[in-house]
Parts: sequence; C-alpha cells; structure tokens
Amino acid sequence: MPVDGQAKLAVYKFSSCDGCQLSILDLEDELLALAERVKIAYFLEARRHVDPGPYDVGLVEGSISTPEEAERIIDVRRECKFLVTIGACATSGGIQALRNWADVEEYKRTVYAHPDYIRSLDTATPVAAHVLVDFELRGCPVNKYQLLEVLGAYLTGRRPQIPTYSVCMECKRSGNVCVMVAHGTPCLGPITQAGCGALCPSYHRGCYACFGPSDSAGPRSLCRFFMERGLARPDIVRMLRGFNGYLEPFKQTSDEYESDHIRYG
Amino acid sequence: MKATTSATASPTRVIEVKNLARVEGEGALYVRVAGDEIAEVRLDIFEPPRFFEALLRGRSYNEVPDITARICGICPVAYQMSSCHAVEQAFGVTVGEPLRTLRRLLYCGEWIESHVLHMFLLHAPDFLGYESVVGMAADHRDLVTGALALKKAGNRIVSLFGGREVHPINVRVGGFYALPRKERADELLEELRRNRPFAEQAVRFVAGLKFPELDRSYEFVALRQPTEYPFNEGRIVSSNGLDIPIAAFLNSFHEEHVAHSNALHGRTKDGRPYLVGPLARLNLNFDRLPESLRSLCREIGFTVPCRNNFKSIIARGIETLYAVDHAIEILEQYDDSVAPHLDIVPRAGIGHGCTEAPRGILYHRYDVGDEGLVRRATICPPTAQNQPQIEDDLRAFLPQALALPEEEATLRCEQLIRNYDPCISCATHFLRLHVERTT
Ligand code: SF4
Repeated sequence: MPVDGQAKLAVYKFSSCDGCQLSILDLEDELLALAERVKIAYFLEARRHVDPGPYDVGLVEGSISTPEEAERIIDVRRECKFLVTIGACATSGGIQALRNWADVEEYKRTVYAHPDYIRSLDTATPVAAHVLVDFELRGCPVNKYQLLEVLGAYLTGRRPQIPTYSVCMECKRSGNVCVMVAHGTPCLGPITQAGCGALCPSYHRGCYACFGPSDSAGPRSLCRFFMERGLARPDIVRMLRGFNGYLEPFKQTSDEYESDHIRYG
Repeated sequence: MKATTSATASPTRVIEVKNLARVEGEGALYVRVAGDEIAEVRLDIFEPPRFFEALLRGRSYNEVPDITARICGICPVAYQMSSCHAVEQAFGVTVGEPLRTLRRLLYCGEWIESHVLHMFLLHAPDFLGYESVVGMAADHRDLVTGALALKKAGNRIVSLFGGREVHPINVRVGGFYALPRKERADELLEELRRNRPFAEQAVRFVAGLKFPELDRSYEFVALRQPTEYPFNEGRIVSSNGLDIPIAAFLNSFHEEHVAHSNALHGRTKDGRPYLVGPLARLNLNFDRLPESLRSLCREIGFTVPCRNNFKSIIARGIETLYAVDHAIEILEQYDDSVAPHLDIVPRAGIGHGCTEAPRGILYHRYDVGDEGLVRRATICPPTAQNQPQIEDDLRAFLPQALALPEEEATLRCEQLIRNYDPCISCATHFLRLHVERTT
C-alpha cells in the first residue's frame, strides 16, 4: 500500500447480478469513512469519474463468460497490485456456470430469437481460471463485513482473517437447533464455508451453500446420508449444483451422482 | 466519462461515452445525427447473457425464488415475489392474509432501499452537478447521511423479514420459512419512525430540483389493485385504456430481439413503446395514495398526469414515503404467532406472476411439471420493457440537448437514461453513449 497518499481502489464487473458490489454501497454506516480512507478510483456503478490505473486493490465481481471478458480480465490483472474476487460468480463461476453442463447453443436458442446476435463462451468460469488471484472472497452475495475486513487487511498490509470452517460452527455458536436433527431438513451446512452467520438454519431452512465448500468438505458422506433419508440422486445433483456448483469438490460429487442416473431436465 | 467530438465542420459528429456510469449493469448509447435530423438512437446493452430462462428448466419449484433472485442484486425481492406468485398460480394456491400483507412489507423494504439508492447516490448528483455521491457528500453531508440512514432502514426490513439485504433466504413459495420475533419487529418499527421525517424532507428536496423540459405522450403501464397502491397483484392497466388480467400479459405485450442488445425489447402488440416504473405507477394509481400523501403532492406542486420522466425522481420520493408509512402501519399490527407459510403440494400447471419491482412491472411465467420441476420459464424485466421508451425519449430530447456544449449534452443524455434507473443486469445486459453526427 502506498505510504503516502490514499490507496486506489477499483471495482470491476463481469458476468454477475451487481449484488456483491452493491454490498459496498450497503455499508451505509461505513461508506463515507471508507471513501475518505481510500480513493475510489474506478467504480462505475457509483461514480462517473474514472481515475486511471494502476490501482492498489481491484475487486472483481462476476464470472468470465464472453470472449471480451476473457480479454478484459487480463488487462484488469495488469492494472491491479492486489486482485480480489468478490462473490460466488467471480470465485466459482456462479449460477450461470450451470451452462457448463449444458449446450450453450441450445441455451441461446431458448432465450433469444436471434441466437446469432449473442456472443458468449461455452462456459462461465471463475476469474482464477484466467489470471492469478490474490484472494477469493466467497458468498452469493459476499458478507459486507468480510469485504470490509479484506479491504482493511490489504490497506494495512496483512492477510485477511476469513474463517474457512463450516456453517455448522456458526450454527452452534448462534445456538440454533440443527435443522437436520430436529426436522430432517436436508442442509449443506456441514460442507459449506461459514460467512453468512448460519442464516438459513436460523430461519428454519437448510443451507444451500452460498459460500461454497468449506476447507474440509466431504460431500460424499453427507450425500449418502441424504440418500438414506430418502432424497433421490437428481435432488442431490441439484443441491450441489447451485451458486457454487462448479467448485470442487461439489462439481465432482455432482458428476458422480449424475453419471449413474439419467439426466434431469 | 469521455466525450469525443469531431470538429463541427466535419460531416460526422460523435459523442461517445464508453461506459455509462451510475446504473446497474453495463451498457452504451449510440446516437447519429445527420444535419438537423436524428438518424439513429440505439441503447446498446452488452451485459453478458446469463441464460436464466434456460437454466431454470429442470430446477425444482422451491429453488425458483432463490435462483431468479440472482438475476438482480438490487431488486431480488421483486424476482422472488413474481416467481412465487407465478408458481403458486400454477399450483392453484393463493396466499391470503396475513402473509399477503407481510409480502407487501418486504416489498416496502426493497422500494425504500432501491429508490433511496437511486435518488441520492445515483441520480441526484446529475441534478446538483456532481460526478458522484462522494463529491456530493462533501457539500451536502446531512442530506447524504440522512439518505444513507433511510436506505439502511429499508434494508433492515429486507434483512429482518428476508434474512439478508441482497438475495433474501426467507422467501418461499407459499410464504416465508420463518417469521421474526415481535421484539425484533418492534425495533425495526422504531427505526422506521425515526427515519420518517427524513423521508418527507427527501420528497420536498427532490421536488425542488431543476428539471429539464420534457413532455411525452407516454403510454403508462402499471398494476392496479382495488383499493391499495400496487405491489404484488391486481390487473395490468395502461393510460390508453388497457385493463387485463396478469395472465394476459403476453397477449398485449411482446419482446423483440434486436442486434445491438442482449436484452429483449418490450413493445405493445401494435409495436409502440410504453413506460413502466414509478412515474407510470403514480400516474395510474394516484387515487390509491392516502390523503396525507396526496395533499403533500399538492403542496409541492406535483400533479398528475406528469409526463416528464426527469420527474421520476419525485415519484420515487413519494413512493419511498408511501413505503415507509405503509411499513410502519403493517409493523404496528404485526403478530409473530401466525403460520409462516401455506403447505404446498406441487402439481403440473402454468402460472403467471406480475409484481411492481422498483423499476416497474416484472412478469414471470412458469410451466411446471408433475414433480414440481420447471419445464419452461419466461421472464420480462422492467428495464427490457422500458428500453424502446428510453430510446424514444432520447429522440425527443436530443434537439434540446444538442444545443448545449458537448460535455453538457452528454451529461443530460446520461441523466435522461438514469431517469429510468435502468437495471441492465436485469435486462440481461451493458450501456455506451455514443453520438455520431453527420451534416
Ligand atoms: S455472487 Fe451472487 S450476489 Fe454476487 S454478483 Fe454473483 S449472483 Fe450476484
């Protein structure tokens, strides 16, 4: 980080919903202070003015899903000292990575009258599949306080403190009754990284893995348990192929559960 | 933002803005002026397609609200509401009181959060001559901190009843997964009451801005309910006398696919553009506002019909105040002991849902199979519907704008686009402003 003067921050958007960058504007109590500490040099959703690079920290939202994006991400990497991906799209490919298991030409025909007008890659992939990434922040969307922690860390030159254990830990800490034990509700909490504060179980529903696999995730044994509880293979494939389905070990496990079974859909 | 202009003497004049800022998503505008004639106006949307209608096929009905929320991080509640209503209709279920009202409450939160974001953080800088809210905050600190607190109160509604602000987890087909405790709702009620004075001050503030001249014979399209200001249900009506059930949407409107856009363009069946969003809603539902708000409108000199979409910022202000008052009213009656959802039994069927997203009507249609798996999905977001109208407004406004110095002209065109609070991520899609002039 520059010792003199303000650090320059850039926020980029690729294929995404804007929700992760919106988390910055949702920092209502911290936003003005943040704008005083760092120079928000490039952030199209919020500013018309663009300060030219290079930038100290670049936050990237969104996956790489078009030929232009595959080129642009290389330029982005070049102009940022630290590159941080924010959210599931940028880190795992996001929900649009479902196309990676499908025929994109067929997708185009389904949505558009003139599929030939549409330029799109066959896959939607994480940023790290294209360039070196310094830190990947999980979540669909990211937790805005985790985002603040990551920014703070890079601004002061330390590693961000982001836990990689599972949602189960957060659930126990907030005193939730386990939804699987109490109600038999299938829950991906045991294999999903913490970060949301165990939101879904707190609202009596099963976790659906917005934060992707936890560091020691063992999806196979959990999925076996689901099958014993009466879930069918296609149900399990769908559960794993959510907002982080293209991240390992979710991807491989979903492929295994699919291969023994006819394709759904 | 850069504006490049070739010399006036040259046959071609070009204004180019590579990336339109302070909108949600990515897009551009292309304008070609030949002599005094505006030859072409094109709003390019190159936000990458994410193929939601294709990837929804084969997904279970209970995943639909979670998946469609990810179309837009600014208005996920709208996607969840339209999805739920459509799926419920396919299953032959109607969610009645008190859940119906709690869904309105959640929607109030999204309107407040989204409208205040747009009014103060994205649109007001245009009126006040700042490039962003950061610069604006230096001179108008109280206004910006007031707006941030109000926005936060809106977000608090969504995070308490939805679980979190962006992509709520507590919305399901049939209602909610769980309802928050009364004490938490009471704290929220207090927060809203504290922010109510600023919400009124905000209306007066935006009403006092200077508005460029614009008078269009819009066809306004919005939902209309028997007694209330519309959120989740009703009939689709227009200022040209259209009055149809939601299920007939696709008979009266259609989407075109044009080469310059990854969004589909909405038009009426006879090919005309139409306007959806706060100004359309307010014009068509002014009589559904409580008397207190109507009298405030009279006081600030806002009358309907209002056909200048630069004044959509006033409509957003009025709707924000309405949403604050309505949320307060609902929370005062809140009872946390009710069942959070109806029991849902999937069955094959087709269902339609249309709700009032902050940016206008959002229509969904699902064809669901026996096991509750989606067979076909159709989604018509408000920005795609408004896109031809944005281009039409630009055509009407350009002669005025082009009389201005280049930088100013570009800025006014951008401001006009921002009147629509375009959500390009929703429309699937990227904007670039590019004016080319030939004599
Ligand atoms: S990760 Fe989720 S919230 Fe973030 S941009 Fe992608 S879809 Fe939106």
